[in-house]
Amino acid sequence: MSGPAVPVEPMRIREMARREESEPRFLGGHALCAGCGIPIVVRTILNSIPTPVVVVNATGCLEVATTRYPTTAWNVPWLHVAFENAAASMSGIEAASRALVRRGAIASEQEITFVVFAGDGGTYDIGLQSLSGALERGHRLMYVCYDNEAYMNTGIQRSGATPLAARTSTTPLGVSSLGNMHRRKDLTAIVAAHRVPYVAQASVSDFQDLSRKARRAALTPGPAFLNVLSSCPLGWGTEPRDTVRVARMAVETGYWPLFEVINQHYRINYEPDPRLPVTRWLSSQGRFRHLEHDHGDIIEQIQAEVDEQWRRLQERSAADAHYFAAEIGAVPPPRDATSPGPRMR
Amino acid sequence: MALTAAPDSEPVWRAKHPRTRLLTGAHAAAEAMRQMDPDVVPVYPITPQTPIVEAFAQFVADGRVHTELMHMESEHSAMSAAVGAALAGARTMTATASQGLAYMIEVVYIAAGLRAPVVLALGNRALSGPINIHGDHSDAMLARDSGAVVAFAENAQEAYDLMLMAPRLAEHSDVLLPVMVGQDGFTITHSAEPVETLADEAVAAFVGPYHVATPLLETAHPVTEGAFAMPDSYFELRCQVQAANERTLEVWERVAEEYAALSGRLLAPVDPYRLEDAGAVVITMGSAAGTIKDVVDRLRDRGEKVGLLKLRAFRPFPLPQILGLLRPGQHVAVLERALSPGAYPPLFADVASFLVRDHDVRSFVFGLGGRDLGFEEVEIAFEDLKQPAPSPAPIRYLGLGKEGPV
Repeated sequence: MSGPAVPVEPMRIREMARREESEPRFLGGHALCAGCGIPIVVRTILNSIPTPVVVVNATGCLEVATTRYPTTAWNVPWLHVAFENAAASMSGIEAASRALVRRGAIASEQEITFVVFAGDGGTYDIGLQSLSGALERGHRLMYVCYDNEAYMNTGIQRSGATPLAARTSTTPLGVSSLGNMHRRKDLTAIVAAHRVPYVAQASVSDFQDLSRKARRAALTPGPAFLNVLSSCPLGWGTEPRDTVRVARMAVETGYWPLFEVINQHYRINYEPDPRLPVTRWLSSQGRFRHLEHDHGDIIEQIQAEVDEQWRRLQERSAADAHYFAAEIGAVPPPRDATSPGPRMR
Repeated sequence: MALTAAPDSEPVWRAKHPRTRLLTGAHAAAEAMRQMDPDVVPVYPITPQTPIVEAFAQFVADGRVHTELMHMESEHSAMSAAVGAALAGARTMTATASQGLAYMIEVVYIAAGLRAPVVLALGNRALSGPINIHGDHSDAMLARDSGAVVAFAENAQEAYDLMLMAPRLAEHSDVLLPVMVGQDGFTITHSAEPVETLADEAVAAFVGPYHVATPLLETAHPVTEGAFAMPDSYFELRCQVQAANERTLEVWERVAEEYAALSGRLLAPVDPYRLEDAGAVVITMGSAAGTIKDVVDRLRDRGEKVGLLKLRAFRPFPLPQILGLLRPGQHVAVLERALSPGAYPPLFADVASFLVRDHDVRSFVFGLGGRDLGFEEVEIAFEDLKQPAPSPAPIRYLGLGKEGPV
């Protein structure tokens, strides 16, 4: 589980498309909303994994919208048990595979990547204990949190991932409320504190980065965790066509840094230059619209927290730079100039 | 019976008979699990189940089983991992008690609905609050409507035997449900008794290999398990669980006969004791049956025509078996150690639901939180059956003293 980091290339988009055509793992026809970030996350990840996969899905948008009995969008083995226990259920499957290999009931060369998909409610909140146990036991699984920052499936209720001042259906605006008055939990840091071999933050806006992280997670001989920011037009108050643009603004403002923690060593994967003011992220969404009216103090607080987050991340990343020195492409290339940049209406 | 110390470090004694040992119920269950050698055992410690997992962990540490022992962070996760493992293609067992079953009960329902044949050893214990670690059947009643098969052992021998029968019930293609084998906390889990065990090879042959039709690990044949059921399908799917649980009675009878041929012990869904000409009958479950048999013997010695009908199966409820053994006109006392506050207690409600027309059925609650059931209390129940039947039948409490419930 230790040793120097090995370079992992992202899957080329042409190869990804070819994989999707030859062996479709996640099919269309599901009921996820127009502009939902989740299917982009799921397809990018599943198409980036070279081995067969088994998927466990926590209760949530993805589960409900893709497996309405008797239909399914999944062309891979898929299990849903409940909301708070996806990590535990996958632990059982992974343990079963080891037990059956030991008994000689299945061939040991059969490499399977065990992928969990769960939302922020099922991960930050009700599933945190189950996730913690699975990380601690060291199962070879990839846990993907598609983080859309609230309980979107049940109508946009606040979760532990909901950012400060966001309007949700359980943190409505009122004479004595400016929306969610709690700061969001730093789940990625909590997972990293388990000292698992691979932890990363990614965003639906950066699919090459997400693809590379999925591949690295699949190669990791132990628990791997991806926290992927996933836009929700319905819950965030954005247009379906802006799904990628809005998430990119989270990255460009430093609100949602793209970084990874390999064997406890931190590396920033993308440094926005210049880092845009956080208002660019806030003003792109209806759930923060009330902040336009004379709430500079809250915006200042959010900006200060983002700045502090960056400062700490840069410090850690600089201190761990030696660990990645051998790796080609240690300094991530600047974003492709021809790609659609952070352009907001 | 002359007993000699075991030669190895096992927490057991070996009797003269090479296969009769002095075992607690917990160690008997662990020994049965060792012999069955399950693929995966996800578990979380809780009194009075703990000696089961401790003894089994030693078997794992000593390399005597192939099992993947999973140290879970809660019972909820233990049952969740069990469902995953069982559907992945692995024979899976776990153990719990009381609050642990309460915590995992959400997933017990799901295990039944997903048709995951998980075997669960239950050290029956009272539920909080107030907190209490001793034996009663409140915990098992949480699983009553889950779809799981719920069985009760009378003693350590039955705990061992029922554990060996459990995978044969759970995994039968007509069943495919979780099976819980209950043994009363401390009274059975921590009390050592002579237990006759089978040879390892005999157990392996009896239990056979694990098989699921569509294991999740078979990636070439992907299946979707646990899909979202709307009003157009949920009703049918839950009714399939109902039908499977009902079919378990027949499977149980057949498996019990097969097991009897192997062991000489018949563990039918019900166990009649001196019922033939009995005018007064006690119906009960669990370890109290031993005490009640003694009282039946005493009263029979005095010429009273009394008997006992012990249920090993609570779910499925052994209705045809009970009807086949009782006669109209009998006076029946249901003795149970669980409540359903605001209504008749669960076992009485089940029994009365079909006996009430032709029988005089009365409700007695005893032993909550591990309170002992003495001969005197059982005699009170039999004495009560000689009195005219009050209507409606009141709930009587045995062992509460003169005051009765406050």
